[in-house]
Amino acid sequence: MSDAHLFSASAIDAIRQSQAEWEEGALAAFLKTRPEEKDVYETESGIPLKRIYTAADVADIPAEELGFPGAYPFTRGVYPTMYRGRPWTIRQVAGFGNPEATNQRYKYMIQTGQTGLSTDFDLPTLLGLDSDDPMAFGEVGRVGVAIDTMDDIDRLFDGIDLEKISVSLTINPSAWVVYAMFVAVAEQRGCDLAKLTGTLQADPLKEYVAQKEWIYPVRPAVRLLRDLIMYSARATPKINPVSLSGYHLSDVGGNALQEIAFTMAFTIAYCEEVTKAGMDIDDFAPRLSFFFISHQDFFEQICKFRAARRVYAKIVAERFKARKPESMRLRVHVQTAAMSLTKVEHHNNLMRTAIQALGAVLGGCQSMHTNGLDEAFAIPTEEAMKLAIRTQQIIREEINVTSVIDPLGGSYFIERLTRDMETEIWKMLDEVEERGGAVKLVEEGWFQQKLADSAYATFKKIDSGEKISVGVNRFADEASSTAEVHIHPYDEQCTQLQIDRLQAVRANRDDARIRTLLAELAEEARSDDTNLLPKTIELVKARATLGEICGALRGVWGAYAEPMIV
Amino acid sequence: MRDANLAGESLSTGPAEAPDTIRVLVAKLGLDGHDRGAKVVARILRDAGMEVVYTGLYKTPKDVVQAAIQEDVDVIGVSLLSGSHVPLFRELGRCLREEGAGHILVVAGGVIPEQDYPALLEGGVDAIVPQEARSDLIVTTITDLVTARGRI
Repeated sequence: MSDAHLFSASAIDAIRQSQAEWEEGALAAFLKTRPEEKDVYETESGIPLKRIYTAADVADIPAEELGFPGAYPFTRGVYPTMYRGRPWTIRQVAGFGNPEATNQRYKYMIQTGQTGLSTDFDLPTLLGLDSDDPMAFGEVGRVGVAIDTMDDIDRLFDGIDLEKISVSLTINPSAWVVYAMFVAVAEQRGCDLAKLTGTLQADPLKEYVAQKEWIYPVRPAVRLLRDLIMYSARATPKINPVSLSGYHLSDVGGNALQEIAFTMAFTIAYCEEVTKAGMDIDDFAPRLSFFFISHQDFFEQICKFRAARRVYAKIVAERFKARKPESMRLRVHVQTAAMSLTKVEHHNNLMRTAIQALGAVLGGCQSMHTNGLDEAFAIPTEEAMKLAIRTQQIIREEINVTSVIDPLGGSYFIERLTRDMETEIWKMLDEVEERGGAVKLVEEGWFQQKLADSAYATFKKIDSGEKISVGVNRFADEASSTAEVHIHPYDEQCTQLQIDRLQAVRANRDDARIRTLLAELAEEARSDDTNLLPKTIELVKARATLGEICGALRGVWGAYAEPMIV
Repeated sequence: MRDANLAGESLSTGPAEAPDTIRVLVAKLGLDGHDRGAKVVARILRDAGMEVVYTGLYKTPKDVVQAAIQEDVDVIGVSLLSGSHVPLFRELGRCLREEGAGHILVVAGGVIPEQDYPALLEGGVDAIVPQEARSDLIVTTITDLVTARGRI
């Protein structure tokens, strides 16, 4: 570290002196005639905010902490030319009903100008259950697309060139099986696996603390991710096998600092798991990807992205001794905040989403999903998705915010807040370390308690009116009604179709071979040192179902018992 | 606050032994993992002096009815954000009647479009709390229902 500072000590002294004069003079006189509206001003996560920031507030920040885009520590962006070279990817997530229904939506969105695909799966698929499982009752094709066998993945991407468009798969505990199906389909179509691009979410630790989709206990779930990262690095080098997801931490109540700190704690845990298994950090870190929320506190969110890039770069460089710059750059997909959407006067959600989307762009995101204005009711309609895509296109094409990289960089306020957030994130990371690391704390429910407490505190703020929701607890219009909103219909037939297809697959395959392969997979899972992907790919090609594969390992590892945190 | 699966001391701060304390089972049904709202509601009810038991995730309607009977609750409060509310609440109502526990009140919350309110009310739901509800509405919905029914 050099100690090159942006300002000379004498210049800072002069600023401090003139600020003191201003405060005692003009400001003090004005406050007497017009007091400020609040006693305390702070960010959503509680960082105090001053009235005004000057060069004196950033005098302690070394110039190298900012650096240049595409260079360590990546504060100003992960690529040297950012949006001048390539705009962010418009990636709207979609998934519902049978694979054909989602496939149709994909084709509509590609035609509307979407540049990447993203899949939501239904809950049975996420949790490793077949569509005919009793626990799948009422859930098939509801919040995402139903997938039971590799043929469903083939239907999902029918007519879509997997070598040309990147595909994001929002899949978690059963991610390794869906990845196996994706690879098997690509092979069947004769694709070059090295050309496949896309991202799996596959972030197990955040599931236990936030999104709450799990099958197995914590440690086997982390091992499955390790296997996926290591296999993908060799077989599908352009696929991101994990998307470390702060979004859900926020969704379940976490503030901006917790979002980043907890995500980084999980990143450290995964990197340790993979390096311990013998893979060099530079052989997989370039394919770690991230998923954050863009929430309501505009400037805090922008600084959050900047601080996260800096923290991640330092972790990978300093703690894991990476040498490749690609390993150190935090590439992030952003989604606007579903939690901020209201059913009441739901058209207001368009404005909320547009502002959050602008924040994500000013924060330097690589890809984005803007929520549909009707997502407080159900999954979005086609019309709502079109408006969401248009929101991104307007930001990208009409308002000239993409010409200059990190346009808010150098603002006294932005730099101070970025620095303050970084400091708080490091403190949280130190606490996780002192308490024994992320995996242990997930098992103990430590993160879960922190997030539940934060959610309750936020609710109290809304309840008391301290946190304002326009149209709900401020400027409420008693005459507004929501009953007339057109919402996305659920296809009542989709469960039966999935079940019929499952039965047809089971009737036309070599059951004896599947039983043998499932037994072999279970055997491999008993030891920690065999990668489970090759056997899983063999299984999906033999038409084993998702439920059968996940079930075989449930027999080995058992099910997860949730610590009861309220 | 207690885990419905565990017998043991109640951690509730409410006046647990008072005979007029309302007992509520806060429940999650089906495969929906969104538990932020359920947990916040559990705390709100506890703060309002109710005895609260939380089921945890991934419960079938049958599991929830059994826990409600075992815990002798006045009200089952279910939070659902998965869109599967119509079939799941219908099944919950059927299980309650089958077990002769029709006196237990059912309150629904979560992401539930108003279009689906009639189907839920027909299926045995006694009240639906909108997602923007403040804590006083959540509490009075439950106390009013229990008062109207009378203590059993």
